Amino acid sequence: MKVFQGRVVAPGTVTAEALVSHGGLNTLASFQKALQFGDKTVTCGDQNNPDLYGKQMLGKALCLPQTIGSTTGGMVLYCACSMGRHPACMLFSKPIDSLAGAGIILGDVWLEGAKMPVVDSLGDEFLAYVKEGMTITVKDGGIVEVN
Amino acid sequence: MILTEEQKAMLDGAQGEVMSKVMQSVIRYGELFGAEKLVPVTSEHNHLVTSFGLKMIGPIYDLMNQLIEAGAISKQTFSLDPRPVDPKVPANFIQKLIFNKFMYSKQDFYENQLEQLGLMDKNAFTCACYLDEVGNKPKKGDVLSWAESSAVVYANSVLGARCNRNSGIIDIMGSIAGYVPYFGLLTDEGRKASWIIEIKTSKKPEAQLLGSAIGMKVMEDVPYIKGLDQWLGSELNDATCAYLKDFGAATASNGAVGLYHIENLTPEAKEMGDALIKEDAQVYVIDDAELQRVYDNYPVIWKNPDAKPKLCFMGCPHMSLEQLKSWTDRIEKSLAEAGNKKVVIPTVFTSAPAVIEEFEKTEYAARLKATGVVLSYICPLMYMNNPLCGKMPVITSSNKLRTYTTARYYTDDEILAQITKGGKDA
Repeated sequence: MKVFQGRVVAPGTVTAEALVSHGGLNTLASFQKALQFGDKTVTCGDQNNPDLYGKQMLGKALCLPQTIGSTTGGMVLYCACSMGRHPACMLFSKPIDSLAGAGIILGDVWLEGAKMPVVDSLGDEFLAYVKEGMTITVKDGGIVEVN
Repeated sequence: MILTEEQKAMLDGAQGEVMSKVMQSVIRYGELFGAEKLVPVTSEHNHLVTSFGLKMIGPIYDLMNQLIEAGAISKQTFSLDPRPVDPKVPANFIQKLIFNKFMYSKQDFYENQLEQLGLMDKNAFTCACYLDEVGNKPKKGDVLSWAESSAVVYANSVLGARCNRNSGIIDIMGSIAGYVPYFGLLTDEGRKASWIIEIKTSKKPEAQLLGSAIGMKVMEDVPYIKGLDQWLGSELNDATCAYLKDFGAATASNGAVGLYHIENLTPEAKEMGDALIKEDAQVYVIDDAELQRVYDNYPVIWKNPDAKPKLCFMGCPHMSLEQLKSWTDRIEKSLAEAGNKKVVIPTVFTSAPAVIEEFEKTEYAARLKATGVVLSYICPLMYMNNPLCGKMPVITSSNKLRTYTTARYYTDDEILAQITKGGKDA
């Protein structure tokens, strides 16, 4: 087991199976099928992301460097959280980008209750260490355990 | 974050619970990026990125309703990105059915909400709101709460306004609050360049290709570009602004650039020169071979890479009046050389409704129509962003459209040859 310390963006605790994107997550492309065409498993639709394309994101601990793509990204994350079609948590190795940051904050402020724990600034070592299928536990204070 | 008494009162609910949440959104967003204060939004108008009445974004309509019902309306009116559908654009029966009955079935409902929230004009739908005909052109030094990436990079770089690369919805929050957090591209330090780009090409680089190369290299950093003024000159005339519009959109979509400086051309580079460059700036040299390398590395994600194109889109971001005129001349000339009267691939030029209105007053309008080109206000990206259109072989000279959809990129000259002569190298 290895423990990483990051910064809390949205509070909460959870244990979930890791899903890892080594490249930036294109939010619009990744969530489009889930939101637009009713895919309840939230299958990643981004053809340019070989790590995630075709994989179920619902209920997973999504590990990534940052998000990329359209500036509708924050709005897409907000909608995903509101509709319950989101990962169990999002864990960023880098400081969160302005698009994902906006979406997470909007969800935390406008939606009832904490919808999705988010931790950022976990470091490059976190993304190098974590592998798909590992068990991740997010604890209070930005502590992330990887088993 | 240090707040003024007025800001504290808004946060504490002096203007109601909804306005308090608006302030919470803006403050917490700023705190993520180390902002220590809020600064007033000073532009005359706002611009919003979320223009489409997609059925999927029900939570956004609920949020907008909360704002309307609480009277949490901005003092600014706003333009916003292009409409997602236009009956003039070629589409088959199934596509039309899906666009109108399923995907964008909430368009009228959403536009009604937008009118209540401060839409500046019923035709103010364009990604290029800064074009003169549209009337939403910020002044140098204006602080903005925009989110459309191509508009943000243009406003920062060409107009000298100040705006971060915000996300949709946080754009309207800043405008309603009247304040945005002071960080990143709003600060003098955040506008300094951490990359020097040296242009050493043998001819004027293709705007969309050069922007793509720089965007992919520097990602979200600020580049200071040297040697481009030899091709663009030192004046921001219509042709140069159109070039920078397309160049900037490519830097913003192929990377995440929110601001660039061009030596001897863009306003801050003209004023401050090398003082805008950080001491430890990295260097990226771009020559003909580098541009070719970038071009050759674009993946072709058509099912059949040799398929005959079924549609050509030009105008992502929307074309300027000058571009519509110059492309009319080029198409006529190329058609005449090929002995053709009309374009051989269905072709759509997209522009702002206000620009189209001005273009229709010129003699160019009838000439362009005679070539068979369709002129539309649509957002090509929204048109393409569904599985039906995703399977179509669509060509474009927009590197933004290439990045976000299955459209295939060609240079302007190649596009011209394709649509007028039927082959890339014809």
